[in-house]
Parts: sequence; structure tokens; C-alpha cells
Amino acid sequence: MKDIIYRSHILICTGTGCTSSGAKKMRIALEDELAERNLNKEVKIIETGCHGFCEKGPIVVVYPEGVFYCEVKSEDIPELVEEHLLKGRIVERLLFKEPVTEENIPSYHDIQFYKKQERIVLSNCGKIDPENIDEYIALGGYEAVGKALSSMSQKDVIAEVKNSGLRGRGGGGFPTGLKWQFAHEAVSNKKYVICNADEGDPGAFMDRSLLEGDPHRVIEGMIIAGYAIGADEGYLYVRAEYPLAIKRLEKAISQAEDYGLLGDDLFSSGYNFKLHIKKGAGAFVCGEETALMASIEGKRGMPRPRPPYPANSGLWGKPTNINNVETYGNIPYIIKNGAEEYSKIGTENSKGTKVFALTGKINNTGLVEVPMGTTLREVIYDIGGGLGEGMKYKAVQTGGPSGGCITSEHLDLPIDYDSLLGVGAMMGSGGMVVMDDGTCMVDVARFFLNFTQSESCGKCTPCREGTKRMLEILERICEGEGEDGDIALLEDLAHHIKDTALCGLGQTAPNPVLSTLKYFRHEYEAHIFDHKCPAGVCKDLASAYLIDKETCVGCSICAKACPVDAITGTPKESYQIDDDICISCGVCASKCPVSAISQG
Amino acid sequence: MSKINIKIDDQAVQVEPGTSLLNAAKEIGIEIPYLCYHPDLSLHGACRVCVVEDLKSGKLVASCATPVTEGMEFSTRSQRARVARRRNVELLLANHPNDCLGCDRNGTCELQDIVHSLGIRSEDVERLEGERREVEVDEVGPSLKRDPNKCILCGRCVRTCEEIQGVSALQFANRGFNSIVTTAFDLPQRDINCANCGQCATVCPVGALTEISEIDKVWKAIEDDKKYVIVQTAPSIQATIGEEFGYEAGTIVTGKLAAALRRLGFNKVFSTEFSADLTIMEEGNEFLKRLQGDKNLPHITSCCPGWVKFAEHNYPDLLNNLSSAKSPMQMFSSIAKTYYAELEDIDPASIYTVAIMPCTAKKFEKDREEMNDSGYQDTDAVLTTRELARMIKEMGIKFELLNDEDFDELMGAHTGAATIFGTTGGVTEAAVRTVKEKLTGEPLERLNLGFRGINDAELVIGDKTIRVAIANGLANAAELLDEVRKGESPYDFIEIMACPHGCVGGGGQPLPASREKKDKRAAGIKAIDDQMVIRKSHENPMIIKLYEDFLGEPLGGESHHLLHTKYQARPKN
Ligand SMILES: Cc1cc2nc3c(=O)[nH]c(=O)nc-3n(C[C@H](O)[C@H](O)[C@H](O)COP(=O)(O)O)c2cc1C
Ligand code: SF4
Ligand code: SF4
Ligand code: SF4
Repeated sequence: MKDIIYRSHILICTGTGCTSSGAKKMRIALEDELAERNLNKEVKIIETGCHGFCEKGPIVVVYPEGVFYCEVKSEDIPELVEEHLLKGRIVERLLFKEPVTEENIPSYHDIQFYKKQERIVLSNCGKIDPENIDEYIALGGYEAVGKALSSMSQKDVIAEVKNSGLRGRGGGGFPTGLKWQFAHEAVSNKKYVICNADEGDPGAFMDRSLLEGDPHRVIEGMIIAGYAIGADEGYLYVRAEYPLAIKRLEKAISQAEDYGLLGDDLFSSGYNFKLHIKKGAGAFVCGEETALMASIEGKRGMPRPRPPYPANSGLWGKPTNINNVETYGNIPYIIKNGAEEYSKIGTENSKGTKVFALTGKINNTGLVEVPMGTTLREVIYDIGGGLGEGMKYKAVQTGGPSGGCITSEHLDLPIDYDSLLGVGAMMGSGGMVVMDDGTCMVDVARFFLNFTQSESCGKCTPCREGTKRMLEILERICEGEGEDGDIALLEDLAHHIKDTALCGLGQTAPNPVLSTLKYFRHEYEAHIFDHKCPAGVCKDLASAYLIDKETCVGCSICAKACPVDAITGTPKESYQIDDDICISCGVCASKCPVSAISQG
Repeated sequence: MSKINIKIDDQAVQVEPGTSLLNAAKEIGIEIPYLCYHPDLSLHGACRVCVVEDLKSGKLVASCATPVTEGMEFSTRSQRARVARRRNVELLLANHPNDCLGCDRNGTCELQDIVHSLGIRSEDVERLEGERREVEVDEVGPSLKRDPNKCILCGRCVRTCEEIQGVSALQFANRGFNSIVTTAFDLPQRDINCANCGQCATVCPVGALTEISEIDKVWKAIEDDKKYVIVQTAPSIQATIGEEFGYEAGTIVTGKLAAALRRLGFNKVFSTEFSADLTIMEEGNEFLKRLQGDKNLPHITSCCPGWVKFAEHNYPDLLNNLSSAKSPMQMFSSIAKTYYAELEDIDPASIYTVAIMPCTAKKFEKDREEMNDSGYQDTDAVLTTRELARMIKEMGIKFELLNDEDFDELMGAHTGAATIFGTTGGVTEAAVRTVKEKLTGEPLERLNLGFRGINDAELVIGDKTIRVAIANGLANAAELLDEVRKGESPYDFIEIMACPHGCVGGGGQPLPASREKKDKRAAGIKAIDDQMVIRKSHENPMIIKLYEDFLGEPLGGESHHLLHTKYQARPKN
């Protein structure tokens, strides 16, 4: 089999996004079609991990031409095979259309979505079959661990990682090399490394995509970490809702074991390392490192006070290094290419790239990897293709439930750990939600606080009780029951919780509130004092719509559109809305050709 | 290691490495309030009531969970720290029933004390109020009532049950505002593996865990003319109940206790020490027999009902090693409703037996189906030390002004051996005294076993070397029992008490109880023994008479029927 040289390779993304939009069905259709046309000896199908462009899935890339097809359905297969594979003609209608220029773009690298990205961690995702270790090795995989084990001391490895300037991608941004040094210096006959793949932020899927698309990269990073700190055992703590990632990791571990890349005496260095997978307990707080370790130990996932830090007393009381999936994903590159090369990418204090999950009111949602220091404008407009038609940018929420929002005045801010903190937002794990002017910021704050309150482990007073009180205040504001003094109380509680909560969950839970209060205080005030929701989102505050008599041309479109028949009038003259019937859905306003309708 | 230099509120202090900020502040006379911290338990860091400001990092830190480091400077009095401590207490109060007046812990509640000392007022709390926790109260018993609505989730009970008792009957459940401390599957106490020891209730800072009160039942019996109400008080009560009336821990108030019981209207006031001597007669002979026949060794004591239930759940394979002798409380009651009724010519059906116990597990023990050998339920009601104190207070009896009185004749007579049942190691010492004299005719010197954890001793009796061990706290007990199970135990005799320090540290004793207080209580008990004229159970004249008149021989037929019992294997969880 190995000797067959294929004429073409068809890469089908089978990441979670593309699978849910029908990749599996399409693959079967393709197999059948190729068999029918006797092409199955000439064309090879390869399942790949996520390309990051989930919005346009299922995604198919045909090599050697590198043509990038989007939204390929099983119905499209006969045409694709006939035209592209047999006749050598590109199927224009399946190409990606640039939202701004409407231009059809055939090649991967010319699509704006990919052009501005710099893919280090995700470099193999979408290119290789993640279930085949040979493909990883063919692209230079496991070279870094070979180099580390055969020509570098533990201290060399740590120095390299320190010099690279890599900081933890799990949210905190702690310097990775320093963390390894602490674990290395801890004296013990047993140490552990842990990979944190709990990824609980709503809307985040960076870690999942990397594990699904290039599991060996993460494994390689962990072996190097284990060697550096002197651990012979590691755990991958993976969210239970990620069955595909777990399956691919299991496969990857067993392949690496077969190849002698995991197990005893790796690269004849005398170094032993084994890896286990532990399924997560399904709670957001289990991503917090001390809770995560408690969960591996079979206890309730509840954070504990630090110190002691995991580097000194971690899993089962032993020195432990815990890093995020993406952090480990950077390690092979750093060891292979050197700290100097790596540190050329990024800003002064934030080196390398960062993967973001771009979602919300944006044209190209998906996974993007950009150098630190890229501006938000580049991410949103160049890569993300801007907001949908007729939508106006309002803010980007970064860092999920622990983050904050960035308004249009900061669109040109180069993104890194410190700049985001400076504007009251946070890198977090890399969630980026784009919001337009139809978003109510009080409602956004309420959403996140509801999330953190219900995910709080309930251990400490400020988080358990305090976030509940904040949530109650936000709920009453959204319901039009807000009172004078509520904003002050919210701020008081927010600072109190940040100051005294036990773990990061509580300490950051008030951020969405503080950040929206900082930039959108007027929206809170409008809710409380004017009993209005400026974005028209909060149902209890929505006032009825009004038709401006002067502007109305009497076309009757609104009356036909109204779902509750609140609009009456005489054609060609003018129409009016009955306050009592109107449910403030806004359909009429969106249909009116002369913009005569607005909210009262 | 050399001392660490730190600054607390601008005062330079030197403290031992590893000291927490909380304890460092205490050393210079600053009491930082706390709720979840407990010196006997692991660090939890949850209530955040003990926060102080680290002046170098500018962060607020939990002083209980932060060890000192060289050069550290912190402030307990900064505005931020002060307000934060208050705010956390206010947040707890906003989700706490306003039920102080009707709460068992009114007056001994640590939350109440903190609210008082921080000067928190209702209006500070009102602005934070909203939804309150509303869940079902578990009051089916047999020993404890659990009211999660009062719980402040400090986790002390959870840690006690896991770390001290090795039972883990209590755990955290749910998330966020819905978090509670509960049992597995929310089952009521009677359906779980709980030992009923009540240690959880002794560490609970509030009234979320309390004993099931039997005060009303007892008043009703006393007020019923047709009932002949006999009360027995356990050995440890005389060394602890004084605390409820302002005495120093360990003060012996035996005479006032007897007097107070008479004022309450009990028909006869007796001491469980009488039957503790009886237990020694039975159990000592049982041990002797096992020793001579080399059977069912090590012999393990069975007078602690918390331990017995723990064994039934966790070591059903070792139940034959437990002494079959009933506990002193149960021996007392079965004799009261048989021998004593006959002697005094009282209809046993009219006798109502009340036991004043240091223990919540005794409430369970009295209801065991095995405890009806007199033909009636042997023990009718069990009151804890705390409940008895409440009754005395209700009657306005000025305890400290009472003149000392004696226990009533017959079932009040006892020896020093019986008194030391009240503390850890006491049963062992009492049993060995009798065994040694029986075998060799020589008296025993003090064993002087420690009060805390596991202790052991080796003694030569005639040509035999006997190894004894005592353990208090069920997690400690489990260590000894695992050895027995593996066949690796070096011991002949093991005494187990569920509660740390034995009965002086029982789940029904006055609150709050620190380790130091329990040391003092135990020392008080030993001191009584030292002063006793008769210190060996077999020399108790009333016990001699009881065997002559009624029981015959120790381990004989009548003894076997009235004074011995059986155990039942129970599910592990
Ligand atoms: C509530 C909470 C949830 C967290 N969830 C995650 C997570 O899902 N993944 C992750 O890598 N780190 C998470 N963290 C951060 C971890 O505690 C830890 O800092 C991180 O795994 C360290 O890895 P890094 O140094 O590579 O960033 C979370 C922290 C908190 C407080
Ligand atoms: S801050 Fe919240 S999640 Fe963290 S320990 Fe406290 S209650 Fe638990
Ligand atoms: S009574 Fe004892 S065994 Fe039962 S829950 Fe409390 S501490 Fe645990
Ligand atoms: S029941 Fe009492 S000891 Fe247990 S967590 Fe609640 S307040 Fe703390």
C-alpha cells in the first residue's frame, strides 16, 4: 500500500465543526464516487483536523493544487469529481467568496482568513491525518524531543523555554520556563506533568481543535516538559464533551508507544515517560489547576488555597507542572528552531502567536492564529471579514466569563497579555466574541455572571454568595426594576469579590460587569433611570414602536409584517401602531423601506 | 530553622517558620475572626472572613492559609481588609435564616460572636438580601439534626468526618448558590454509614448540626406521676458540665451535678460508673477467657456505640473480636428494670430510664433492636451534657450555688476504675487492673497512656506479656483495624473510642471544645481516680452484692442474658 503514489490528495476536515455540518456523509459520497469512476487508486482521501474555518464547513482541500472548497455537501461530490479530478477545472461555485470583494478565491493562502495568520501551533492542522503518526513525523514531528533528549540537559531545555518568552496560554500568562524551573528545582522522587485540556469557556474551542488536528504536537510538548522537570508520568485532563479529541489522543498515545516515543528509555537516553488520559468532570471550575488535580485524584473539583503551588505540591502532593494544551503546542517549535527564532514573533513581553476562537456577529467565524501584537482591527476586519451586512461594531468580548470588552476606540490596540489587561479585558484562553449595536451590554454582563454563578464551586463566600447578589441586581436591572444605588452596589461587590475570592473563577467573575460599566455605563443608567434598553434586547423594557407620520409613505409593508396585527392604517396614506398590542419585536422597523419606524 | 521576621500592623515580630499569618497575629494579641479554619483540621480557606492585606503585593490574603515569609508586612487593620472581612460576614448573613432566638446554638454560635464583635447591623445586611437557601431539614435522627439552611458551608463537618473519623458521610453537593453540605444522595442520617458520633456537630460554628433533642420527652416523664424516673450520668459529665456554668474546663462538679438532677425532679439519681464497674467485671473476664483460650484476639472494646456502628459498616469481618459486653449505659438500664425494680418493689413497666451522656451516638444505641433484654426498651431517653445544662438553666437553678450531694444508694456506688471510662485509655486501664489482680494478685501501676491519637503499652502479667493499644478518632482506629484484618496486629487488647480524647471529647459535650480544653477535662477525670479509695471494679461492694444476689458469676447465664449483646453487619456506604 505504502508504495502507491497518488495523483491527488483530498483533505476532508473532520473536526467537530465540519462533522456537524455533514463531513462524514460527504466523505462516504466521495468514496463511492471515486470507486465508481475507478479513481480510488489514484486519489487518496485524508481526514484532517480543523482548519479553523468552521463557519464555511465542511471544508475540502485538493492537493497538489491546494484548492480550497467550502460548504461541500454530498450533492456536490459528483460535480467536484467530474470537474476537478477528471477535467482539471476548478468548481467556482464552491470556492470561498471574500465577503468584502465578493471575489472567488481558489487558494488557501490567498484567502484573507489565512493570509494574515501565522500558524505555528496550528501549522499541521488541516494538513495531516491526525490519526497517523507517520504524517506528523514526515513534517518534522518528534525531532524536537529527539534533540532535547540526545543533546540538551534539563537546564538547557528550561533555559531555551525561558528565553523564548513563552507565557502560559491557559489564561494567566505565567512565564512557562519559570514554571518549569520551579518544578525542576523541587526535590522529590516522583513528579508529574499535566496538560490542561478542560477548556470550559463558553465559545472556546482552540484546544479541542489542536487536540483533534495535531495530537502528537501536544504529546511531544509534554514529553519535553516531563524531561525538563524530571517527571516520568503525565496526565491529559480532557473535557468529557470532547469524544473525538479523546479518541485521537488515545490513538496517538498508542502509536507513540509503538514507536518507542513514549515508554522506557526514550531515544536511548535512559529517560522514561508514560501518559494517561483522564476525562474531565464536566465543570468549568475543574479547569482551575488545583481543582483539576483534585478531580484527577478522584475528589470533588474544588480549588484549594495556594501556596503551596503545584510546582512544589501538586498531584498527590508531588511536584507537578501543569500547562495548557496550546502552551505545550508551542514547545516543539521552540526546541527545534530555538528561542531566538521564536522570540522574533510577537511583542516585547508577549512572544509567539496566539490562537483565538472568533465568534459572534462576524462574517468568518473560526479559529485564527496570529502573532502577538496583531491589532484587533486586523483580526476582525482582515481575517474575520468584518461584521455582517448592516451591522455596526460595538465591542469585542475577550477572555470569556473572566474577561471584558474592547470598544471601537481600542480597535487598533496591538493585542497581547498586558495591553488587554490595560483596557480592562483579558487574553483569557482566547475566546473572542464580536458584538454589534444590537447587543445590550447589561444583558451581556448578566449572561456571563449567570454562567460564573452557576459554575462557581460554591466553596468560598464572596464567589458563592457575592456573585449571586450581583446577578440578582443585574437581573432586576434587565427587568426594569433597577434602583438608584444599584450601580454603586454592583461596583462595591465586584471589587470585593475580586479582592477576596479564593480562586481565579471568583477573582475574575466580576470583570464582565466592571468592563461594561466602564465603557457602557450609560446603558446601565438608561435601564435604571429611563426604563429603556437602548439596544432593545431586554424584553421587559422594550417600549412600543412608533411610525413617524411625516415619513410614512403608506406602503403597508409593516402592517403585513407585524406578527400580532398591531399596525392598522389606510394604504397610500399613513399607518399607526397600537401600543397595547405591540410586542416590540421590531420586525416592522426592519422592513420599512423609508425608515419611518423607530422605538418610542 | 531560625525565626522569621515579619511586620504586623507596623509591629516587628519574630515567629516560627510555617506559622500562619492568623497565628502570628494571635501571638501579638490580635484575634483575626475566622469561620472555616479549625486547628485540628486541614486548611480550607473558604470563608474569607480572616482576610488581611499583604502590604507588599497589595493583595488581600486569607490569613489562615498564608504562611509567613521573611520580610513580609501585612495589615490587619487597613480599610480594605477591615471592610472585606465585614462584607464576607454580611454576605453569609444575607443567606442565613434570622432565627437566632430559636436556635440551639444561640449563645454558642461562632457566627453570632463575629457579627457581634464586628458590629454588623441589620441594615448592613438588608441591602444585600435576595433569594435565600431553602432546602429540607433532616430531622429523622436517630442522633443528629441537619439544617442546611443555617449552614455557612465552612466545611468543618466535612473535613472532620473525613479526616478525623474516616467516615466521609458528609460532602459538598451542587454548585454556585445551590451548594450545600449533604449526605450521599441526600439520604437521611439513619440510612447512611454515619457513626452518629456527633463530632461534626462539635465543630459546626453555627446551628446547622445539632443533636436531636429529647428534653421534651424527659420533662413529660418527670411530670407524669405514674412514672418512676431514674437518671444515670456518664463518668465524663462531672468533668465537663461545669463549663456550661462558667467553670474552667476539667473542674469536677460531681456533687453539684447530683444536686441539680434532684432539683429537676428525677426520682433516683445514679451514676453510670456503677455499671462501668459491671462492664469491667464482664469484659475483663471475657478478655481473660479469650487470652487463656487464645481466641478472638485482639479483644476489642465495645462500649462506644459510634465505634460499634463504624465497625458494623466497615469491619463486619472483625465483629467477633468485639467484646460482647454491653456498654455501661445499657447494662445500667437493664439492671434498673430488672434487679433494681425487684429490689425496690417497683413495677418495671413504670420505670423510665434517662441517661445523661457525653454522646450523640448513645441516642442511637438506646434504640437498637438488641437493647430490650429487660423486657422493655432498656433505656428510654438519652440527654447530652448540653441538653441537661439547658434543662438546669430553664429551671433557673443556680448551679454554682448548689451544695454538693451524693448519688443515691446502690446504683450510685462506684470505683475509680469506672470513672476513667470517661476518657480515652480508661477502659483499658480499668480492665487490666482487674485482669492483673485476678491472675497475679498484684496491683497494677498506672499505664499512663496519652490522650491523643494512638497509644500503646506493654505489660507483664505473671508469665504473660500483654500488649494493649488505644485509639481515639475513627480514622486512627482504622489504622489499627487494618492491621488486625491483615493478621499483623501485635496487640492483645484494643480500646477504641470514636471521639478524639474519648468521651470527654464526645459529640454531646459543651461547646466550643478545643484540644486544650479536652486535655483539661481528661486530666480532671484522672484526678478523681487518683483520689478514690477503691480503684478496682471487682472491689466495688455493690457490684459484689449484685453478683451474689442476682447475677451469679460474671459471664454466667443471667449475665449473658442481660449484659451481653450481638452486632450486625451493615452496608459499607
Ligand atoms: C475557573 C478557571 C478555569 C480555568 N480553566 C482552564 C482551562 O480550561 N484550560 C486551561 O488551560 N487553563 C484553565 N485555567 C487556568 C489554570 O488554572 C492554569 O493556570 C493553567 O492551566 C496553567 O497553564 P498555562 O501556564 O500553560 O497557562 C482556569 C483557571 C480558572 C480559575
Ligand atoms: S472563587 Fe468561586 S470557584 Fe473559586 S473557590 Fe471560590 S467559590 Fe469556588
Ligand atoms: S456524626 Fe460522626 S460519622 Fe456521622 S456525619 Fe458526623 S462526624 Fe461523620
Ligand atoms: S454544617 Fe456546620 S460545620 Fe458543616 S459546613 Fe455547614 S456550617 Fe460548616
